[in-house]
Amino acid sequence: MKPPTFGYSRPESVAQAVSLLAARGPDAKVLAGGQSLMPLLNLRLAAPGHLVDINRLAELAYVSVSGGQVTIGALARHNDVLRDPLAVAAQPLLGQALALVAHPVIRNRGTTVGSIVHADPAGEMTAVLALLEGSVRLVSVAGERLASAEDFFLGPLESDVRAGELATEVLLPELPSGAGCAFTEVSRRHGDYAVCGVAALVELGPQGEVSGARAAYLSVGPVPVVLDLTEACGGVSLVSLATAGTPDFAQAGRLAMARLQPGDDIHATAAYRRHLAGVLTERALAGAFAHARERAWLSLP
Amino acid sequence: MFGEPVKRVEDDRLLRGQGAYLDDLGHDALAAAFVRSPHAHARITGIDVSAAVDVPGLIAIYTYEDLTGRVAEPLPMLIPHPALTAPRTGFPLAADEVNYAGEPVVMVVAEDRYLAEDAAQAIVVDYEQLPAVVGIDAARAARHLVHPDVPGNIAAELVQSHGDAHAAISAAPHTLELDLSIERSASTPLEGRGVLARWDTESGRLRIWTSTQTSTGVRAAVAAKLELDLAGVDVITPDVGGGFGVKIVHPWPEEVLVPWAARLLGRPVKYTEDRAEHFVASAHERGQRHLVRVGFDDEGRVLGLDVRFWHDNGAYIPYGLIVPIITSTQLLGPYKPGAYRVEFTSLYTNTVIVTPYRGAGRPQGAFVMERTMDAIAASLRLDRTVVRERNFITPEEMPYDHGLIFQDGRPLVYDSGDYPAALAMLKALIEWDSFPARQAEARAQGRRLGIGLACYVEGTGVGPYEGAHVVVETSGKVKVATGLTSQGQGHQTVFAQIVADELGVPLGDVAVTTGDTRAFGYAVGTFASRAAVMSGSAVALAARATREKALRIAAAALEAAPADLEIVDGAVRVKGDPASAIGLGTVAVLANPLRYAFDEAARAATQFAAGSSDPQAPPVPAGESPGLEGREFFSPVRSTFASGMHAAIVETDPDTAEIKILRYCVVHDCGTLINPRIVAGQIHGGVAQGIGGALYERLAYDEAGQLRNASFMDFLMPYVSEMPQEIEIDHLQTPSPLNPLGIKGAGEAGVIPGAALFASAISDAEGFAITAMPISPSDLFELRQRDQPAQDTDSR
Ligand SMILES: Cc1cc2nc3c(=O)[nH]c(=O)nc-3n(C[C@H](O)[C@H](O)[C@H](O)COP(=O)(O)OP(=O)(O)OC[C@H]3O[C@@H](n4cnc5c(N)ncnc54)[C@H](O)[C@@H]3O)c2cc1C
Repeated sequence: MKPPTFGYSRPESVAQAVSLLAARGPDAKVLAGGQSLMPLLNLRLAAPGHLVDINRLAELAYVSVSGGQVTIGALARHNDVLRDPLAVAAQPLLGQALALVAHPVIRNRGTTVGSIVHADPAGEMTAVLALLEGSVRLVSVAGERLASAEDFFLGPLESDVRAGELATEVLLPELPSGAGCAFTEVSRRHGDYAVCGVAALVELGPQGEVSGARAAYLSVGPVPVVLDLTEACGGVSLVSLATAGTPDFAQAGRLAMARLQPGDDIHATAAYRRHLAGVLTERALAGAFAHARERAWLSLP
Repeated sequence: MFGEPVKRVEDDRLLRGQGAYLDDLGHDALAAAFVRSPHAHARITGIDVSAAVDVPGLIAIYTYEDLTGRVAEPLPMLIPHPALTAPRTGFPLAADEVNYAGEPVVMVVAEDRYLAEDAAQAIVVDYEQLPAVVGIDAARAARHLVHPDVPGNIAAELVQSHGDAHAAISAAPHTLELDLSIERSASTPLEGRGVLARWDTESGRLRIWTSTQTSTGVRAAVAAKLELDLAGVDVITPDVGGGFGVKIVHPWPEEVLVPWAARLLGRPVKYTEDRAEHFVASAHERGQRHLVRVGFDDEGRVLGLDVRFWHDNGAYIPYGLIVPIITSTQLLGPYKPGAYRVEFTSLYTNTVIVTPYRGAGRPQGAFVMERTMDAIAASLRLDRTVVRERNFITPEEMPYDHGLIFQDGRPLVYDSGDYPAALAMLKALIEWDSFPARQAEARAQGRRLGIGLACYVEGTGVGPYEGAHVVVETSGKVKVATGLTSQGQGHQTVFAQIVADELGVPLGDVAVTTGDTRAFGYAVGTFASRAAVMSGSAVALAARATREKALRIAAAALEAAPADLEIVDGAVRVKGDPASAIGLGTVAVLANPLRYAFDEAARAATQFAAGSSDPQAPPVPAGESPGLEGREFFSPVRSTFASGMHAAIVETDPDTAEIKILRYCVVHDCGTLINPRIVAGQIHGGVAQGIGGALYERLAYDEAGQLRNASFMDFLMPYVSEMPQEIEIDHLQTPSPLNPLGIKGAGEAGVIPGAALFASAISDAEGFAITAMPISPSDLFELRQRDQPAQDTDSR
């Protein structure tokens, strides 16, 4: 469990970092929090010739909220984001998701941008980016581009970061008023990658009816999967709630189960994972609905 | 001191990061790394090292061909047994065949571990793959053989019986049959294995530091392999970050090869096992399948019990039949079946070897017996505790002879215990009788609660012996040495407590050394919950001998009879007369007649000192020896039997099948308690491993013999977050008549009932019987589907 030989540089600016990446080409890898990359190196599952350590790029250590967007710089640790009251207020899904990412010590080092670039389909932040239709800013010596969530995840541990590119920030929209969100997952142990996880976003219409319901899924495919479940939530509204007592998202759960084709692994059979996707869809939608209702009431004059 | 919850004297140092574990030593040493077989079963057809020889810092590459003398022979068969008809052990480096993925094939020595791994990676080994035998069913079917000369993959078969179980079952009014399985788990100490060796060319001495549970065992084994005199080999155990059984195996291939290479190269060599290696190259345990037939009467009393089981011993069997023998005998727990017959087959598979892991075969036995008790209760619609009560051995029946032979080769005779009292305590603690109402109430709210219990008896403190040496320095400080090792249990604390009490000295004046052959050369090791019983007793005896000597010497100085003296606060005095006190340090000075004074105090013992000794008698009286010290051994006639019972309340999620522990209660009897805090710690750790074994851990081999979860990411050792909020413990103390302190072992107990307990509680919550452990939410979901196939589509 010792990494093979690699070159190492620690640039002091983004400009330096991208020129180092350009010079080293595909043989170079960015080292951010190291919480995923170091184990890969130590197990000799990855053997990049050169590491460009971005931990000195103080200019990327930020979390900001403006213009309806939450922007997370590449050196913001998971815990920096989680503890940023403005960011989690503007987009509560961030707080809900980050609390489920690993353990505090790992969140102290691991970066949110790194975890999105790492593109583990079991990683919570990939689902957040996908569900919120956020984007990733990629900078290289040639300039910069904004990759949309839809195009960003290519496969397990494979994202659309090209040789020479540095992901400098991730942009996520604020949660609109009248909407609510929730993140729920089943993991084998506290803080583990989820066996199955669901992030849900529910929007309420003027009558308090569910006008939009979308869910993003962890660990059910090679990339985070997003489903639009609005059609299955037809009967649910604040009005129906008053008579039925609890919102009924069972139909949405069934729809999700029908649409998903998860695989099996040593922790779960495919049938169990599919079953979980259904159960968690219901739970996440109910949670997001309750959240939307709470926010609607809060925003009443 | 004895019996008090004294804080561990080890902790200050360990918590400050001042521990010195194997990898903290030997910074000047060369590093070893190993090329291990990627295949579970293959013939080695060629080894090409040419690409490795250019790696900078490379010192040496060894293959089997390079091994010399006895190092080239198979590793020792540590515990032979007449029933072990086909014993097989591995070579330090595979000779021509590999029998599990992870088996060492090539050893690389380089300037550091990075370079050693670089070189190892560059070595190409060609294999001709052979079919792998994985799992008990495949081993039994024997379509392929692990060792071509071992028919049926059968290492051993053993039958033990007491009475005619078959006849008793045939005649019984009720019978049941059960098919029960337990999967593999492993000790997984936080520190893996490791060994450092220095060969002193000038003196021809070998010094070995190793992360082991037996320094004397390693010393004897390595000396034999390297053809050295025992007197020329020192083995020192540094701080050890856990063992749990895996480090009792010795010598590991690396433990032979590292000293061998150190001597060959004339330079220190170190090997530190990493986590990935630990999973595939140390040892596992637990995998067994049992078929049970039981006959019982209308009251639920067991008239006859017939157990046939298969034990997966992995690729080799260096530790003999200890695990299945323990299973077959300790299965009986606190019960007395009318007649009992047990037959087991120990099978080779192309997987990592199986050797004792905390509990050592008992968790399987308890699982089988307790599932049987629950099955009887279910079939007669009796309360599960009632069936157990009716089958208990009573205190009046002690000592109780089961008519079987235990793992120490001695009759299985329980020395003491009070099982009915323990059950009454446990029922009160968990509020057993009021649970059905609570369960029904929860049920009405759509929640599934279940309660379970499991009992065990654990033979602890097995022989043959341990010894101890106690010496009082002229400073009055006391040094204690015992040969068995510590892996973090708190031996320094409990042995010091014993000595402080016996000698009448403050705890802080006692320092204990364990597992260093230079300090004490005769010992067996730390396993089988034996340290407190064996070394604790030896330490007590050595302290008593030291005390007797102190009293004799002080009696002469004080001109009093030894019987009139006492030792208080480190000073000997005439009973009740503080003015007469002479410090133990002074007594130590007097105990060693001197020619040369080395300091002021020492003058008292020199030859011209006033009243130094009777001029007509020899300065060292006949039968005495110089020094205020004692050295004693303890060797009991047989093991002592601790016992306990656990109960738990679980909640299973009706939708996600997640399993939550709401309460966990323990009644524990390890005889007289030396230190309740340390015993509680042992129970907590054991319970944690029991929970791990029941709900989280498994070793997921695929059909080709690849371990698919060889990391802590996928081998789910529970975190503290998976523990119950509290582990509620009640102690019962039935002293053992077999040792001077009345103690029984406590090290393994906590883990034993885990699988049985959760199977019982989950069965109660779900309404169907769990017959295989461990169980994950996914497993529970699949069982629910089998129980009520329509469920999923209905509710969704
Ligand atoms: C025990 C443990 C448990 C964990 N549990 C979870 C969990 O439950 N959920 C979860 O989501 N994650 C989990 N993680 C992973 C954790 O969130 C990591 O921090 C994250 O996946 C990667 O972030 P990092 O900053 O550590 O990236 P690194 O490990 O430094 O890098 C990861 C990859 O991303 C690339 N990279 C990183 N930053 C950039 C950038 N700015 N530009 C271009 N490329 C970049 C690297 O080159 C590398 O390929 C766990 C980790 C551990 C060790």
